Amino acid sequence: MAVSEQRENLLSGVALTSSYSVSRQRLLKGMTYLSIILSGLALLMIFAYARPETIQGNAQKLFYVHLGAFFGAFVLFGAAVVAGIQYLRLRQNRWDILGYAAIEVGLIFSLVNIVTGAIWARPIWGTWWTWDPRLTTITIMWLTYAAYMMLRAGIEDPERRKRFAAVYAILAFTSVLLTVIIIRVRPDTIHPVAAGPSLASDSAEGEFDMAPRVVQTLLFSIFVSIFLAITLTWHRIRLENRAEQIEARKAALLTKEI
Amino acid sequence: MKKMSFVTPYWQVVGAVLWKDLRAELRGRELVTSMLLFATISVLIFSFALELDAQAQSETVGGVLWVTVAYAGTLGLGRSLAAEKDKGSLDALLIAPVTRSAIFFGKMLGNFIFTLMVAFVMTFLLTILFNINLFLPILWIVLLLGCLGFASTGTMVASMSVYARARETLLPIMLLPILLPVIISSTRASIAIITDLKVEDWLPWLQLLVFVDGVFIVMAYLLYGYIVEE
Repeated sequence: MAVSEQRENLLSGVALTSSYSVSRQRLLKGMTYLSIILSGLALLMIFAYARPETIQGNAQKLFYVHLGAFFGAFVLFGAAVVAGIQYLRLRQNRWDILGYAAIEVGLIFSLVNIVTGAIWARPIWGTWWTWDPRLTTITIMWLTYAAYMMLRAGIEDPERRKRFAAVYAILAFTSVLLTVIIIRVRPDTIHPVAAGPSLASDSAEGEFDMAPRVVQTLLFSIFVSIFLAITLTWHRIRLENRAEQIEARKAALLTKEI
Repeated sequence: MKKMSFVTPYWQVVGAVLWKDLRAELRGRELVTSMLLFATISVLIFSFALELDAQAQSETVGGVLWVTVAYAGTLGLGRSLAAEKDKGSLDALLIAPVTRSAIFFGKMLGNFIFTLMVAFVMTFLLTILFNINLFLPILWIVLLLGCLGFASTGTMVASMSVYARARETLLPIMLLPILLPVIISSTRASIAIITDLKVEDWLPWLQLLVFVDGVFIVMAYLLYGYIVEE
């Protein structure tokens, strides 16, 4: 009785998670191809449309990828906060999976942001790394989200893991806000501010003119980066759903043996 | 007319939880003793590692103070929450028909007092070892605010990490990056005060510290209920 009931539950679980409708699969496929084409277009714009900067030369072209990657990470970490709040309110598994996937992809995007920044800083600032407030806070941001992954790995009870992960994802967003705010309130940073007011415009090194073509290319790269981030996160969600599905099927098969 | 009183049932619960922690500490003296020993050893290691002249010392001592307090505090938080969970006292507290946030504030105040005690003893020790006067009333305000921010986030994060497999390693990994705004602003404010800089040099850091403390306490108040659910 108990066993058959358990099996019933498991099979219904399988039915719930297994069906990825044809239209959704097509949409995901379309988004994947589109993000490849858009990335190519963005590269074309960066190298052919936007003119090289007079002082920085081609090193400035990294900036499009650098800022784009940050926006991608920002959107994903923001999505993780929304997912965390929604999970705590509704206790639906999908919000947990969204938060997990968004942070995992967001970690890659912020790593791209840090690495491209270091490569740009070498010719412009003359050093790969300096303990500037902005560079420090982004490192801390990365470490905070790395700690999120450690937290998930460390807690065995699934319900508790999801709950704590949601809480920590909300808490961790303070580090993102700190990173965004710091170059605008600290007068001693040398990191350029791309948009908005700043106290440090005198000390910033490596700023450049925002010509119309530069702005257009920049906006397009940011859009492409966010699109890519969403597509990759969806793939990660799908992967997670598949993994759960396989687990459920395995469990169902085992109870069948009994 | 109704008699106004600050001791509402809510604060009675906070006081009861706090009193429990203080009494346990008075009897066992486990927490503060181990924190103090650890902090003293850290300070000794620092003083050997950084053999500095007098000028450099006055700029470094604020950093040494807060690194020591943060590490010793993390050690204390881990022990405080581990004792709570392993001996089943947390479960007992949660059975009680009281608001969860009151339990949180009780625990937080306990951790706040222990951390503050360690920080206070450290200023005394550093004054002797580095020959720099740290008995400055403004520095006490920084200590107070810094420890408050530390205890609020620390209690919340430690309540999560205590359920993890490798909780001793997970707690600092989770806690220190989140706490960085508190540590940076307390350190900068302390250094500015110790090196006798003008008011406008340390006041912005103090304001930032107050702001960050406020944000962390509100977040802890809102989120703690979700951590101790079952």
